[in-house]
This record gives sequence, structure tokens and C-alpha cells, in this order.
Amino acid sequence: MGEGCRTVPLAGHVGFDSLPDQLVNRSVNHGFCFNILCVGETGLGKSTLMDTLFNTRFEGDPASHSQPGVQLKSSTYDLQESNVRLKLTIVGTVGFGDQINKEDSYKPIVEFIDTQFESYLQEELKIKRVLHSYHDSRIHACLYFIAPTGHSLKSLELVTMKKLDSKVNIIPIIAKSDAISKSELTKFKIKITSELVSNGVQIYQFPTDDESVAEINGTMNAHLPFAVIGSTEEMKIGNKMMKARQYPWGTVQVENETHCDFVKLREMLIRVNMEDLREQTHTRHYELYRLCKLEEMGFKDTDPDSKPFSLQETYEAKRNEFLGELQKKEEEMRQMFVQRVKEKEGELKEAEKELHEKFDRLKKLHQDEKKKVEDKKKLLDDEVNAFKQRKTAAELIQSQAQQAGGSQTLKRDKERKNSGFL
Amino acid sequence: MEEQPAQEQKQQDAAKPGPGGQELFGYVGIEAVLDQIRIKTIKTGIEFNIMVVGQSGLGKSTMVNTLFKSKVSRKPLSYEDRIPKTVQLRSVTHAIEEKGVKMKLTVTDTPGFGDQINNENCWEPIIKYINEQYEHYLREEILINRKRRIPDTRIHGCVYFVPPTGHWLRPLDLEFMRRLSKIVNVVPVIAKADTLTLEERAEFKQRIKKDLKAHGIIVYPQEDFDEDPDDRLLNDKIREKIPFAVVGADKEHQVNGKKVLGRKTKWGIVEVENSAHCEFPMLRDLLIRSHLQDLKDITHNAHYESYRTRRLNESNMVGKSGTEWVPLSPFNGEPESHL
Repeated sequence: MGEGCRTVPLAGHVGFDSLPDQLVNRSVNHGFCFNILCVGETGLGKSTLMDTLFNTRFEGDPASHSQPGVQLKSSTYDLQESNVRLKLTIVGTVGFGDQINKEDSYKPIVEFIDTQFESYLQEELKIKRVLHSYHDSRIHACLYFIAPTGHSLKSLELVTMKKLDSKVNIIPIIAKSDAISKSELTKFKIKITSELVSNGVQIYQFPTDDESVAEINGTMNAHLPFAVIGSTEEMKIGNKMMKARQYPWGTVQVENETHCDFVKLREMLIRVNMEDLREQTHTRHYELYRLCKLEEMGFKDTDPDSKPFSLQETYEAKRNEFLGELQKKEEEMRQMFVQRVKEKEGELKEAEKELHEKFDRLKKLHQDEKKKVEDKKKLLDDEVNAFKQRKTAAELIQSQAQQAGGSQTLKRDKERKNSGFL
Repeated sequence: MEEQPAQEQKQQDAAKPGPGGQELFGYVGIEAVLDQIRIKTIKTGIEFNIMVVGQSGLGKSTMVNTLFKSKVSRKPLSYEDRIPKTVQLRSVTHAIEEKGVKMKLTVTDTPGFGDQINNENCWEPIIKYINEQYEHYLREEILINRKRRIPDTRIHGCVYFVPPTGHWLRPLDLEFMRRLSKIVNVVPVIAKADTLTLEERAEFKQRIKKDLKAHGIIVYPQEDFDEDPDDRLLNDKIREKIPFAVVGADKEHQVNGKKVLGRKTKWGIVEVENSAHCEFPMLRDLLIRSHLQDLKDITHNAHYESYRTRRLNESNMVGKSGTEWVPLSPFNGEPESHL
């Protein structure tokens, strides 16, 4: 602050020290929202822990183990404590770690987180936007539930955390830690921390830059990952009702700091660092996502002496490019259409030609036949004429023979001949 | 863990179910987030930019010095300094601190406003300046690689000094306020109010309010931005009293054995911080003690957003017409096109 400006002393009480209160009032009026993502295998007590953390009973039945893939289920609740209204969204992974092939298990989670960032980015890029009343759905904290094996991290856990560490604030916790004894727990924690470090997984560090919280955050950082136990059942211990789990060999008290780190988790997550988690999500993870996304889309920051509004300009350029492509495609399609029409036309012409040829051929055939028939007819006519001539000649001879003194026998012969003739 | 005992007490009344919400069986500690916000604000500090507009000699610089109880505004070195031929804008930035809360205060002065014979368009350099600040912010916001905290130079409040004529608002006042109330929070005040008696003040205020209403000028606090009934109640009370009749003074005098800021005249001492004498305390409370954050919020959520929408729509239209990119020249003629 104050680079290039002088500090001036105040001669009296001005009153802007009330600004933090003004801000607080505004936030109270507005309400807060906080989104937690719980990642872990089925049956590690994620829902129970949420119930215990927020001292309430969220709805939901325990998930089955037979999911075909990992799904994310999100539910939003309105909590109110004195005058603070909190819109809490809890996202749980359903079916994580249940499949035989877990190679792609982390993908739905990463996609979900990216989708939330994307919708915020879309809202921010709109021309007419309402950012201050936008319901922020970006994940502020990711609680990773580590299975209490007591040895080391499973490879699924390591891989998933590595994929998530640049997108969200990861807080690893050891679930169902009443299964591990104290000495095993210390070794387990050390092993986990060293594995995370050696694999370069960046987990969320509680901030130590402000004096009021630096001390407590510093000590807490050393206790990560927190070993927690969740329980919503209350038992009477001494003369107070406490949340606990009862075993034949004793009762585990959830809020007893010597039994588990639940109180530390609640302190860190809600009472001390909720605002910082939200801020980190916005200024670090979201900005990184935005940077990558915009660069991927081809936007660049122009240099100082270039035109203004690089975002808009590039967008316009892209739009023109896209329109140009559309036009090109249209042209292509048109060409193709013309081509096809031509082809079809050609085909039709061919067929037409063929038909003509066939017609000509048939016509010729028909003419030949006709000629033949006429020839035959002519022949026949000639024969008929010839016969007629012979007939007339024969009649002439007959009449002559009769005149010469024909006999009846001759007549009869003639008649016989005639009748044979007729 | 020092908060533990206090929290135990809160446990009883804290766990009431919210309207239509989830019931909490016990104390969770969500309200600790308020403290977290407080700590964060104190750590990051505040930026506040105020502009004072009015003719020379109305006591603008003195007023700002009185508001912030320090010499944050430079008065003209001598009264023989030439009045500038055109309106100039001079910004001075100071860092002030009170009870751990740091503020970076920028005061923009406008010498030359309304001082010429022909004052036509004297508001344009001011409008241009305000829009330039919005432009800077927009450019920063639109970068791919942007800063964690974008430096905020946008004007959060513009205090307009009305000369105490006692009659009506002059055409210059009306023109200026009409144009500026659309892009920035305008707080009109009656300057040098010690020349008006209390009755004259009341009458003047009524006339001013009527004038403003008749011309459709909406000054801060704007009715449209009242968020809930409580806000409305509070702001209605303020709207009753604006414009505040103020007197500025940076000299201290002895009154009844106490040191007070005031102006000494032959007929008495005008105490600046006495609400019976003038309304300076109300102005100070409005600007600093109660509505500082509100001024910033309205600037950011309403004025800046409408500027941004306008700008982005314009660039869209330029692109559509197919012409080349017109480098956005410094708003020549732009103030008129949308006002």
C-alpha cells in the first residue's frame, strides 16, 4: 500500500475504523456460501463426519457399493447461527474406489470442479452480469478421506490427490481413525506426509501471515493430516452428553482432543480459516483455471501499444473466422450439390440416348418385317392372277368344246371337272 | 483458543433453526467467519477515492481537510494563482491509518469548474476522467494474467458544492448533477452554509429537493439500491436531510474550555462539529462512518457494471459492422451519446 503516496497523520478521530464493521454488516446481510467436497472410498464415514462437523443431520442414505462409475452427488443446505446465514453445499463422491478398474476414477471429480469454475467464468464474461448475487458453486475445500490402513497411502489416493492439488484446497484426513492405535498413528502420519512431499502433492497450508492466527495455524499445520472420528450418537459420559462411539473395551469421545483430531479439524476448517479457504479458491485456483481456459481458447494479452480489448477483439476475430468457415462449408456443399445434379443429368441423358437407339432399332426391324410381308403379298397376288388367267383360259376351252358337239359324257366330265374345280 | 469461553455462552441461543433451513443441534462456530472477515479487512486495507466539484472559493479543500482531519487537500498557494482556463483535475493520494485500519485516500479536485464566463461543457473533462478510471479497471479485469488485487482508482463518491444563494439550483448545477448522477454517486452539499439562517437553509433545501425531483436527478443514496427494509428506513432518513448544509474549518478555537474546530467571527464561533450549527457531522457520518462501504459497493456493482455493459456492447457493434477496429479514442462526443 502507499507506494508513491505520503502518510499523513490524523489530528483527531475520523471514524473509518468502522469500515471492517461495515463490511461485516454487508456480509451478514448478504449471507455466506461455502462448498465442501468429500472425496473418499465408500464406507469411510464421509456423511457421518459432515453431520458431526455441522452438528446436524443431513439427509441421505448410505451409498451402495455396486456403482458402475464414480458419481458426484451434491446437496445444498441453509444453516443459520445467530445472525449468520450460511448456504452450505456438500458434494460427496459416490462409488469412489468400488470399481475393479480405478484408472479413471479421478476424472469425474476433476470434471465436476472444472464445471463449477466454468460456470463462474461464463458469468464473469457475460456482458450483462450479476456477479454480486451469483450463487458461487466453486469448491472451497476438499476433504480427502484416507483409509486407515496404518501403513501408507494407497496408489489411488496418491494419484487422485495429485490430480486435484492444483484445482482445489486439499485437506487430507485419516478417516475412522479409531482403528489405529496411537503409536501406529504417529508413524502413519509421518509416512503420509513424506509420501505427499516426495510426490509433490500440494496440500492446503493454513495461512501463517497474520499474527492473530499465525500461531494457531502454525501448530495445526504440524498435525496434518488430521485423524478424525465421526459420530452423531450421544452418550452420557460423566454427567454430560457427548458425541461418542461405544465399544466393549471403552468409549471413544469425538470431541476429546486426546482421542482424535476432530476438534482441530472443526477449528481449522470452520472457525479460523473458512474465509481464507474461500479467498484462496478465488484468487489462486480460479485464476489459474481462467488463465488456462482463456489461453486455450486462443486469447492473449496484447502488448501495450496495441489495440484495446484484446478479449473482445480476439473473440470477434474468432467469430469472423467461424463465420468464414461456415460460409466455406456452405460453398462446398453447394458445389457438391451442383456436381451431383450434373451427374444425375448425365445419367439421365445416357438413358435417354439408349432409349432412342432402341426405338430406332425396333423401328427398323418393324420396317424390315413389313417389307417382307409386302413381298409375300405380292407373290401371292401374282399367283392369284396367274390362277385366274388359267381359269379363264380353261373356261374358254370348255365353251369351245361344247359348241363342237359336246357329249353328255363330256358334259358330265366337264361337270365333274367343274365340281372338282369348285 | 481464547474464544472458547465466549463461545460456550453463545451455545444456548446459537442453535436456532433458520427459516426453512437445517436445524443445528449445537454450536458449530460458523459465526466466527465474521471475525475472519474483520481480520482480513484490517490486513488488506481500504482504498477510497473521492472527488470534490464546485466553483472556486466554496471551501472544497477546507472541507476535505476537515473531513479527514489532516491536510489531504492542497489549497491554492496564493489567491493570485490564475484560475485555469479549462477545468483541470488534480488527484492527490495519502495513506492514513486509524486503530490499525489503513486507508489509501485519493482526493480529486477540480479547479476551474464553473469559473469561466462561458461554462458550456465544463463537465466533460470530469466525465471523461471518471470514465477513464472505469476503463482502467475494466482493462485490468479483462486481462488473462491479472493481478490479485486490481488497483481501484474509480471515483466512489463525488461531492458537489452548491453555492449558498438561497434561491434555486442554477442551470450549471442542474446540468452537472443530471449528467454525473448517471455514472457516479453524487452527494450534493450546500457550501459555506454559515451565510444562511436555519429557516433559510430549510427553505433552500426544500427548493433544491423539488428541483432535483423535477429534473429526474437521482443523488446518493439512490432508492433503487436499497436492499432491505432496514436499509430503506435508514436511507429515507438521510434522503430527508440532503443536501447537507456544511461548514468547513481547519482552525481550532477555545469554546467553553474545549478545543473545537470552527470559524471565528465577530458575532460568535461557528462550531463545525456541532449539529446545531451545521450538518457537517452528518456528512462525515454518511461518507465515512456508515456508508463508506456502501459507496464503494454501489460504484462497483451498479455504475461500473453499467459502464462495462455499455463498453462491451459498443465493441460488439463495431466488430459487427465489419469495419476495422476503431481505437477507442478518449470519449470525444461519447458523453453526449449515451446521456
